[in-house]
Amino acid sequence: MSSPSSASRAAPAAAPEPTPSAAADAAGAGVANEAVVVRGVERIFTGAKGATVTALTSIDLTVHDGEFVSLIGPSGCGKSTLLRLIADLDEPTAGDIRVFGRTAKQARVDQAYGIAFQQAGLLPWRTVAANIELPLQLHGVGAAERRSRVAELLDLVGLTDFARNYPDQLSGGMQQRVAIARSLAEQPRLLLMDEPFGALDEMTRERMQTELLRIRAETGAAVVFVTHSIPEAVYLSDRVVVMSPRPGRITDEVDVRLGDAAERGEDLREDAAFFAGVTAVREALHGPQAAPASGGVRGVDVR
Amino acid sequence: MTTSTATPRARRANRWRAVLWGALGVLALAALWELYKLVGPVDGWLLGAQEGRTGSGFRLLPRTSDQAMPHTWEMFARIVEPVTRAPGSLPLGAVVLLAALVSLGVAALGWLVGVIVGFALALLMLGFRIAERAVLPFVILSQTVPLIALAPLIRNWGSRLEFGAFSWESWMSVVIIASYLAFFPVAVGALRGLQSPDAAHLDLMRSYAAGWWTTLFRLRLPASVPFLIPALRLAAANAVVGTVVAEISVGFTGGIGRLILETAVAASSDPAKPWAPILGAVVLGLVAAGFVALLAAFLSPFRRQETVA
Repeated sequence: MSSPSSASRAAPAAAPEPTPSAAADAAGAGVANEAVVVRGVERIFTGAKGATVTALTSIDLTVHDGEFVSLIGPSGCGKSTLLRLIADLDEPTAGDIRVFGRTAKQARVDQAYGIAFQQAGLLPWRTVAANIELPLQLHGVGAAERRSRVAELLDLVGLTDFARNYPDQLSGGMQQRVAIARSLAEQPRLLLMDEPFGALDEMTRERMQTELLRIRAETGAAVVFVTHSIPEAVYLSDRVVVMSPRPGRITDEVDVRLGDAAERGEDLREDAAFFAGVTAVREALHGPQAAPASGGVRGVDVR
Repeated sequence: MTTSTATPRARRANRWRAVLWGALGVLALAALWELYKLVGPVDGWLLGAQEGRTGSGFRLLPRTSDQAMPHTWEMFARIVEPVTRAPGSLPLGAVVLLAALVSLGVAALGWLVGVIVGFALALLMLGFRIAERAVLPFVILSQTVPLIALAPLIRNWGSRLEFGAFSWESWMSVVIIASYLAFFPVAVGALRGLQSPDAAHLDLMRSYAAGWWTTLFRLRLPASVPFLIPALRLAAANAVVGTVVAEISVGFTGGIGRLILETAVAASSDPAKPWAPILGAVVLGLVAAGFVALLAAFLSPFRRQETVA
């Protein structure tokens, strides 16, 4: 993965030049150096008949620049909601969110992040190349520059031969790779991913995980990755943030750091450190098996 | 949905097969007609008649007499014969064709007005939730008003319109009535189509900080095409039906609807004659449907189904 050829190929795609607005904002507050800073965030949904559901409460989270952080927890723990708040697809009821020192809304308007969902969400009437091009086109990037950037991205995700194909001609894994390429189109320093491999079969999934690590090593972007798979979180992350439901909150953080992202290979999945990480995250999720009654995590089914 | 794997040759073969089946269908219909004419009772079926009492019982149509059901070949032969015995009169077919062209023009105008109005309503309902709740019931209600009742009203209102050199012509009433029938499927279909993008696509556009209009042009409009094509086809059929019916009730002369009425009067002496303009109306509908199919072909890139991963 860290062969000279892939390193040299990374150079154009990874070019870590900050966008003009990022540079302007970066001067000043210390939080500007962090990719994401979440302080005291709460999200309460108001349903019909005034019933309220507390999806998230007192969330504090910092994601450093270039760090890979996974959010893990059972369904309903608000991990996707937290991601949507960071992406400014939803607004917190209370608390403050900063992305590279800017408000979440400003970060969205400035295109400070790229995003990928569980569904690839490709536009079926656009070719693979045109789908990757979409964000660039929407933001008025010139045709020549678009073409060269799309060529780079296609190369990065290994779909150069499929540039003119339509999404319905691709497998699920390939569609998801197109979606990842699209999320990288504007060279964001932050990637937000909501269970991007959740709909894929196990084999494709493992291959995509390794591929994501390679892409991430080449781009150096910070990643916030929502998943409900423990091995996936451990394999990918520098840090795993464990959440629990009713109300959704952060209960624990597990440092994994299985080594440099670029050097993680398939054999890592059979490494003792990997299993230790899986055990640590599992215990953080369910509480230590020995003492279920006194387990620190309330409201989590011990199954 | 055409699969992209089909070769051009296979697709051409498919098209010819479709034409063949269509022709067979027409022939089968003609054969059925002739078969019933052969075996069916001349005066139709008389049910529950009491012996010795004339005029008792129900008569079930159709009669198979030459007057009620002329032979199919007579109908076709009549098309090339002159309209009347007056010297220099055109063949019936030519008269039908001219009338059909007039009606086609009127129907096309009605379709266009209906599509524009329908689309504008759909956009309004898309943009404002309140508009959807306020307008949609009326859009649906509008289609329950009988067309025949509407025609004199529209002619009446139209005739009161006068500004400058403009004066209301009867064909305009026909256009309005045709558009009244045509706008409904477009309004409903376009609204459904514009609302069809799923949440992930809308989230994506939001994450790109794309505004309402950008989202409309880049996402909603392309996504609406698969819903729009059937709506446009329905609107075309409705516009043709509306035109034919409105011509009769408004009293607009020169179109195919009026010709159907006129030739029907001559049916007792010339039974094959009214079938020619009826056939003309059928062809008119086919041309309208063909036009929409042509439109659909141009929009085919937008009709790809998204396969879910």
